[in-house]
Parts: sequence; structure tokens; C-alpha cells
Amino acid sequence: MNKINRKLWKYHGGLHLEEHKSISTGQQSALLPLPKRLTIPMQQHIGEAAHPIVDVGDKVLKGEMIAEASGKVSAPIHAPTSGTIVEIAALPVPHPSELNVLTIVLESDGQDQWCERYPIENYRHASSEQLRERIHDAGIVGLGGAGFPSYIKLNPGQHFAIETLILNGAECEPYITCDDQLMRERPEAILNGARIMRHALHAKRCIIAIEDNKPDAFSALNNALSQSGQNDIELVMVPTLYPTGGERQLIKVLTGKEPPSQGRTLDIGIICHNVATAAAVADAIIDGTPLISRIVTITGEAISTPQNIIAPVGAPIEELLDFAGRESGVNTQLIMGGPMMGVSLSNTNLPIVKTSNCFLLQPAEPTKPESPCIRCGECARVCPAELLPQQLYWHSRAKEFEKVQEYNLFDCIECGCCSWVCPSNIPLVHYYRFAKTEVWAQEREKEGANIARRRHEFRLERQEKVEREKAERMRKKKAMLKDKEGAKDDTAKKAAIQAAMDRAKAKREANQVDSTISASDSQPKSEL
Amino acid sequence: MSEQDPRLLLQPAPLLQQGMTTPQAMKDVWIALAPATLFGIWHFGISSLLVIITTIIGAMITEWAFTPPEKRGHVMGDWSGALTGLLLALTLPPGLPLWMAFLGGAVSTGLGKVMWGGLGNNIFNPALVGRAFLLATFPIVMTTWHGSVDSFFTIHPSNLAMPLMQSATDAVSQATPLGLLKFQQSATATGSLLLGTTTGSLGETSALLLLLGGIFLILRRDIDWRIPVAIFITAALFSAIINSFDAVKYPSPLFTLFSGGMMLGALFMAPDPVTSPLTPRGAIIFGVGIGLLVVLIRVWGGLPEGVMYAILLMNAATPLIDRATQPRVFGRGRPRE
Repeated sequence: MNKINRKLWKYHGGLHLEEHKSISTGQQSALLPLPKRLTIPMQQHIGEAAHPIVDVGDKVLKGEMIAEASGKVSAPIHAPTSGTIVEIAALPVPHPSELNVLTIVLESDGQDQWCERYPIENYRHASSEQLRERIHDAGIVGLGGAGFPSYIKLNPGQHFAIETLILNGAECEPYITCDDQLMRERPEAILNGARIMRHALHAKRCIIAIEDNKPDAFSALNNALSQSGQNDIELVMVPTLYPTGGERQLIKVLTGKEPPSQGRTLDIGIICHNVATAAAVADAIIDGTPLISRIVTITGEAISTPQNIIAPVGAPIEELLDFAGRESGVNTQLIMGGPMMGVSLSNTNLPIVKTSNCFLLQPAEPTKPESPCIRCGECARVCPAELLPQQLYWHSRAKEFEKVQEYNLFDCIECGCCSWVCPSNIPLVHYYRFAKTEVWAQEREKEGANIARRRHEFRLERQEKVEREKAERMRKKKAMLKDKEGAKDDTAKKAAIQAAMDRAKAKREANQVDSTISASDSQPKSEL
Repeated sequence: MSEQDPRLLLQPAPLLQQGMTTPQAMKDVWIALAPATLFGIWHFGISSLLVIITTIIGAMITEWAFTPPEKRGHVMGDWSGALTGLLLALTLPPGLPLWMAFLGGAVSTGLGKVMWGGLGNNIFNPALVGRAFLLATFPIVMTTWHGSVDSFFTIHPSNLAMPLMQSATDAVSQATPLGLLKFQQSATATGSLLLGTTTGSLGETSALLLLLGGIFLILRRDIDWRIPVAIFITAALFSAIINSFDAVKYPSPLFTLFSGGMMLGALFMAPDPVTSPLTPRGAIIFGVGIGLLVVLIRVWGGLPEGVMYAILLMNAATPLIDRATQPRVFGRGRPRE
């Protein structure tokens, strides 16, 4: 098979981590019993929050759209089950800073009754636009964790020819197994999704990449591929190394190409989607099902039966944790995502969203105290972006934000390799996040200051113009009066005196008129 | 955190950590230095042990005194101050008056480390700052060398000299191998250089034991192998070239490598991560620079030994080297396959 002898490339650095994956792959994914109450945030994706199109008291069916996309980078949201809308309010979402986001609360009626669905009979006869529209309307976003609306990544525009569509099934973070499980259980959906996406993109070839620690997923896909009778998709096993699941790192491994720094993968003719996104696309096109549930890994040392659970969007994390069983009597920490890049949550009563791939419940182990950096350079040795993390840390800490950018702060993918190796236990990634937000804040401030400056300059200019015009008028008037004076003959003294008196009178009047004119003149202008 | 129910701990990712810690790396250096240090004590007698203890005490007391009280526990806990003291002691003559040893230790952590902001912030190797201070302040005693002692318990009278008094030089200084070559054009046999049965600073003589310690550190990945390797290759090549012009006057490559502070400096001081470049290319430039400077100073300078100044000079160049050798960032420029 071409899958084995394929040439692969290597990126710099990376880590061999303990996987802890097998603990949650022992059984089939379970279906979560339907929760009574679903809290569905309007922001489950990158971009603008969706806009509710239902009111409190409305009855909705499963799969019905309850919020529409607002703007280009956004995604609609659908009812995960049938029931009644009981509340629309800002409620906490799974976010490290305990953000509140506008949320629709749906009380299930227990019927789980579907709305009318409109599958596309044969996607091969559909145009790219049609497929994209359907994928957009199904609310599909990147399920690997980023949550970028998928239809945008299926619309490269006329200027880019797509060479390769890559489906990312690397799943390189320890503990997470939801993609692994999905590839084992629904390989056909993934292959179909891959074909639909490829059709929409007109991509020349399609690769599904799987880390070699998931042989079962690989063989499931391989069987499904041979059963489908088509050999249109390349399955590639890539060596297990963290962070191969990073889009840019995976592209390098598969093609040897590096997407340009600060550029897009599109620039080198490659589009990457997660395998779970592909399955969601297949569901949307072939079954007409919008994205309303997902497979979530519930795992960790404080979970009695780590496993994957198929849960509706909006289900409380609490119910999933209880479903898998929690070890009692231990202080724990709850991590959304993997142990390398995930975020700590302070509350288990938060909803599952479209991007929730894994919840990790671990016994609480406070990190070891931080000691000074001794510049050992381990961080630079493992950095997959080939940065100098130590220098970034140094300058971030000193708040030298120009220097940080000189050292290419924005090429950092926050994979956490540097923090992992740091013998001084410095939370390096934290410093980079801090520096990034500071730089963004400065840029916003600069932008604001620029607008204010432009406004101010414009105002000064306008005032000057008014002044100039006023002076000009005065000068003209004076010249006119002078002319009159010159025209008169001063032969007779009396006449001259008379004339002077007349002049003075005229001037007084003229001045009066002039000042009223200029006053009435300048008034509206300064309001401009 | 403890009021919440269920109790959840919040911390930044990543939540996984490898095992290696900074204090552990320090421990490795102690282990690596132990054989050469013990040999030095055996070879030069109890005087050298006194010098070692005194510099360590001087270094630690100074670090303790100049560290804010709330940070003391943490700063002293990594034993880096004591390590600085030990490294300094290994570069000192065994007969050095103890008050000078104490002062040297104090200067090495005080001026060499704490003043810069503590561990990780200094530009120059602290132990070498202490030695440079002593050499500039007390040039005569710093170049008065005692050979091997007859009895282990012999304490040199000069060790016990009173502070700031003219110390009577009690013994005729014996020349070190480097001095012998420089001033008398007589080379020492490589065998005795390797074993360390020569005159010199109390921890620098046994090239073989130092080399073993250095290899241990390289295998443990505590130091960047590029630095010592670049130093050795450069220095050996350079001396091979000049040696081919005048084999009597100029040192042979082997002599260059195994004499004086070469092993101690190249394996334990130059690769000190705090004061050496981070980038692989930078490490090589740094090592080549030291290798060249050592031979230049030894052969054409006024002093027989040049390792200390070579390292200090390249320490000064480290920030520049780091800036000039930034690696190519992923996705920038042409990737090589």
C-alpha cells in the first residue's frame, strides 16, 4: 500500500508525551440520556455571535434553527431536541474567564421529535455554492477545537486552486480520544464527508492523517475505504509526536511545505479540516441533520469510567461527568480540552458547546513553584515554531512588546511544549498570551488615537479655513473702501470734511453690517 | 478555591510537566565536579579543603545577605550560590590566604550574581568574576603555587595569613605546567596532565576526572555539548598550527587541551547556560571564540593562563551572538527538506 512507504517530513522540536488515551477507548461511545434542560450559548464559534430568532415560550422541534448567523463569520444554531424555549439571557459559558454570553435555554419535552429535514440526494450533482450553503445552514464549525465556521474554509475563492484537502485525525494531545473513537465508529461518515468537501473544493487529492498510536482507527477507515470500492482518499499514518495535530505542523509532516508565517494554508493550496467536521458535513448533506450533538471525551484520573459520550449541544458538563462517574472525596481540577492546551474551568454547571472535544477531571495538583530561568535552552529545542521561547519570555516579562514581536511572538501556536520542558516550572505560554493581548490592546489604542488625531487635525484645518476666509473678506472690504476714497476729489475742504463725515458714517454702518454678516456667516460653518 | 463546591483548582495549561528541575540540574553539576574536587583535596592536602569551604561560605553568606528576606528560602534552596563558591575554589591556588578566599567567594556571588538580579540574570560567570577580582587585587598570592603535599594534614602557613597584612610567602612558588612552558620552554608530559599530578589551581589539574564529569553532564543534557567541543577543536587546531612553526616555544594540541584551566573552564564554566548563547549556531560561535582567545592569551599575552579571560570576554558577547543567530522561524523563508 502507498500508505506505508510514503515519504514524510519532520518539523523542529515536538514532544513524546505519555498518551493516557487507552483509558477512554475501552468501550463504544455512549449516548447521554436526554437532559431536561439545555443551555445553548449563541457564541460557540469564532466570529459574530448568532442572533436568536425564537422567543421565550416558543415550541421548537429537534433540528430547527433557533438562532441565525449574523455576518459572514458566524454560524447558525439549532435546537438539539424538541421542547420549549424557557429563557433567553446572558449565562456563563465554558470559558476560562467565566464569560457570560447570550444563551437560549430549551426545556426538553422528552419527545425528541425531528423537524422536516432536506437531504441532498446526490452531492456530486450539487454545486459548490449549494454545498457550502447547506454546510453553513447546518451550523457546522471546526470541531477540532477552534470553531471556525467551516463553510468559509470550503470557499477558497477564484484565486486559489486547492491542491490538497487534509483531514486531521492526528489528535496529538494526551487523553483526548473523541476523534479516535469517531474514526473507529463512523468511518463511512468521515469518508463521505471527505468526498463532499473535496467536491466542494475541487481539490486534486485528499489525505486523512492519523497518528500511528491509533491503529484501530486507521484500519476502520481502511476497511471502509476498500468497502466503498473507491480509492480516492489517501490514508496516512504519521508518527506520534506532539503537536503533530497542529494544522501547520501536520502540513509540514505530510507535504514538506510550510504555510507562510502569518499567512494561511490556502496560500500553499492546502485546506485542513478535522475528521469530526467531515462527519458533521456528511450528516448535514446526506441526512440533512444540522450540528446539534457531538462526541465528547470524559476522562482523567478522577473519572471512574473514562469514556466517550455522544451529547447534545447545551447539555451540562455536570451530567456528562456524573454519567462517567466521578471519584468522590478528591479535590479536582476540570480542564476543557487536553492537558497541554486546555483551559481550567471553575464550574461544572456549564454547557457542552460545538467545540467541546474533551473534559479532563484530574486530582488537583498545584504546579511546582516557579524558579528563575537559567537559560538552559530546552524550550528552544522543543519549539515546533522554531522560536526562542526564552527570549520571548524575557521580553514579555519586561513588557518590551516591540522586542517580543521582533522575536516573532505571533508565530507562537501556544502548544505548551516550552512550558512542559521548563526545568524552572515557568508558565511560559501564559507570558506569551499576556504579551499577545497587550500588543492587541496597544494596537487598538493606537488605532483609536489615530482616529482622534485625524479628527483633531481636520477640525484645526477647518477652523483655519474659516479664519482665512474671514480675513480675506475683511481685506476685500477695506480695499473697496480705499478705492472709494481714492475716487473722491479733495478740492474743497468743506466737501472733504463732509465726505469724511459721510465716510465715517458709512464705515460705521458698514462695520455693523459686516460684523452681523460674519457672525451669521461663521455660525453655521463651525457647526459643520 | 476551597470555598467552592465542587472544589476545582484553576491553573494555566499545560498541566503536564516533565520531571527535570533546575535544582536537579545543579545537583548534577555537584556530582560531576565531585571526583576532580576530591582528587584536588587529596593531591593538595587539607589546605585546599579549607579554601573550598571558605569560598563556599563567603559565597553563600553574601547571597543570603543581599537577597530580600522573603526570597531567601527559595534562592538558597537551589544551592547555586554554593556551587559558585565551589567553582571559584577550584580555580584558586591551594595556599591562598583564607580571608582572600572568603572575599573572593563574596565577590563572586555579590558582584557576579546578586547585583545583576540573581540567578539567571548575570552576564558574566560569577565564579570567574570572583577569580578575576582576586587576580587583579592580589596578583602575587594568586600566582604562588604549591605542589603536592607530603602529608595530607599539612596546612600552608599562608592560608592562615591575617587579613590585609603583608603575607610572608612561606614557600618558593613552583611553576605550573603553563608557566614552565611560557617562561622556561619546558613542556610537561601529557600523562601527568591527564592524571593531575602537577602544580596548579586546586581543582583544575586532573584533566581526566574533569573530562569524565563533563561527559556525565553532556549525557544528562545539562550542558550543550557544542560549546566544549567547539572550544576543544578550535584550541587544538590553533595550537597545532602554531606548534608546527616552533614545537619548543608553542604548545602542542594535547598540551593545550589538558593543561591549566582548559578542562574546568570548557566543561564547567563556559557552558553555564546562564552566560552562554541559547542558539545552536551561537553556541558554536561562542566556543570557537573561547578556543581562539585561550591560545592567543596563553601564547602572546602577559599571563601564562587565558581561560578565564577568554570565557569572560565571550560572556560579554553572548547577548550579541544570541541576537545575530536567531533561528529561522517556521513558515518564514525557504524551508530546507
